[in-house]
Amino acid sequence: MELFGDFFKQLYDTTGWNFVIFYDQVEWSRFVEAIWTTIKLIIACLIFSVIVGVVGAWAQGAKSKIVRYGMAGYIQFFRNTPPFVQILFFYFVLGNLTPSYDAGGYQEAYIGSFGWAVISLGFFAGAFNTEIFRSGIEAVPESTVEAASALGYTRLQSYIYVVFPLAFRVCLPALNNNLVNLLKTTTLAYGIAVPEMMYTANQIWSDNVNVPEMMIVLFIFYVGLVAILVWAMHRWEKSMKIPGYG
Amino acid sequence: MAAPTKSANGSGTTWTPDQPMVSIKDVHKSFGDLEVLKGISMDVMKGECICIIGPSGSGKSTLIRCVNALNDIQKGSILVEGLEVNDPALNKLELRKKVGMVFQQYNLFPHKTAIENIMMAPITVLKQDKEEVARHAKELIKKVRLEGKEDSYPGELSGGQQQRVAIARSLAMSPDVMLFDEVTAALDPETVKEVLVTIQDLAEEGMTCILVTHEMGFAREVANHIYFTDRGVIVEHGPPATFFKKAKDPRTKEFLSQIL
Repeated sequence: MELFGDFFKQLYDTTGWNFVIFYDQVEWSRFVEAIWTTIKLIIACLIFSVIVGVVGAWAQGAKSKIVRYGMAGYIQFFRNTPPFVQILFFYFVLGNLTPSYDAGGYQEAYIGSFGWAVISLGFFAGAFNTEIFRSGIEAVPESTVEAASALGYTRLQSYIYVVFPLAFRVCLPALNNNLVNLLKTTTLAYGIAVPEMMYTANQIWSDNVNVPEMMIVLFIFYVGLVAILVWAMHRWEKSMKIPGYG
Repeated sequence: MAAPTKSANGSGTTWTPDQPMVSIKDVHKSFGDLEVLKGISMDVMKGECICIIGPSGSGKSTLIRCVNALNDIQKGSILVEGLEVNDPALNKLELRKKVGMVFQQYNLFPHKTAIENIMMAPITVLKQDKEEVARHAKELIKKVRLEGKEDSYPGELSGGQQQRVAIARSLAMSPDVMLFDEVTAALDPETVKEVLVTIQDLAEEGMTCILVTHEMGFAREVANHIYFTDRGVIVEHGPPATFFKKAKDPRTKEFLSQIL
């Protein structure tokens, strides 16, 4: 670590390239903090968006017209409006309408900026996931579903045990794509001051006037994260491959 | 199984084993403007094996799909052990516990192994004990002569093997009636036999079977009664001995002359 820091200090002194985060203790801890926040944000958004997608795709096939129209409305809204506008709307409009508590002299909302980022981005990506899962569900042969109902499965049981596991395998590549997009879209949480990587990088370059250096760090950071996600998803895809099928 | 049963939803009548296990009366079924079944009636007694034959599009498959409510009917009545199928308040689970079905395209769950395919429904639907189900499933695997294939996925099995897994999967629910919808139509000639032998075993053990089939040899040998349908009506029916030799209706004669 000492050597590492010395190298970047040296680099700054000789060339003017200021990777301050690698030799300054304060900036370093800010940077590490941002890494964790970003990872937490990404994981929360991924999980939430997949849950929304799974439930949404099921609800799209519901008997109730109200549920189906509600789903269609939800998808249209989140797919047809910019995610950044959505985040601002959730945080500043809905955030003001949700309950808060007295945190010693000032009002603190129960759902903070991190929570709103997860909710809005989760719903945003969830709208796409819903459509992705729907495409997978439609690829499951009607006859397979029929076999399940002939065995006495209810619609929900058949969805959980038969339709979804098959649909999931079909739509995994499309899901990969959307989750990679979601990972990158979490940078928009910057707009409501979630201290994730984009936000922190901005603060660091405001303090140290090292925009190009921090940009490089940002690019490398996200390239790395996406690589990890893609690698994990591919492994998952492989582990779910069914012998003799597809 | 043989005890009188009262249908769970209150409709239908109390069933006793001396009454037809499946009683179909004046069933009408249309898909849009196309009337597929135009008043079909038949009774199937417990332990009987019934074959329904006839040209494509004559409504055979539709008829047996109506028996386990995969298709609904517009008019008429279908009683399965006293349970009225043509009832909006029908408890489908109750019906499907009584009626097993095997399809032309096997329709196995491709993401589950043979033994898992057999075990899934009793565990999920009937909430039976897992170990008990596993034991039963092993017996069924043996019964359909697939020992050693327990852990194969459907995609790794031949058509005939898949169809036998499908039969075992249905039997795992311990149904009282089995419906077979052209179960050998997608198989090559050598494998047809292994599936038919399995069904014959079942029929001989006293399982009530309703088959839609083009296997005349099988129908002649195993069926108690044969129904010939054409354009949505039953043209002629009778026990195989008389049906194949003394068909009266010209339509039956023509059909038989084409395939025999």
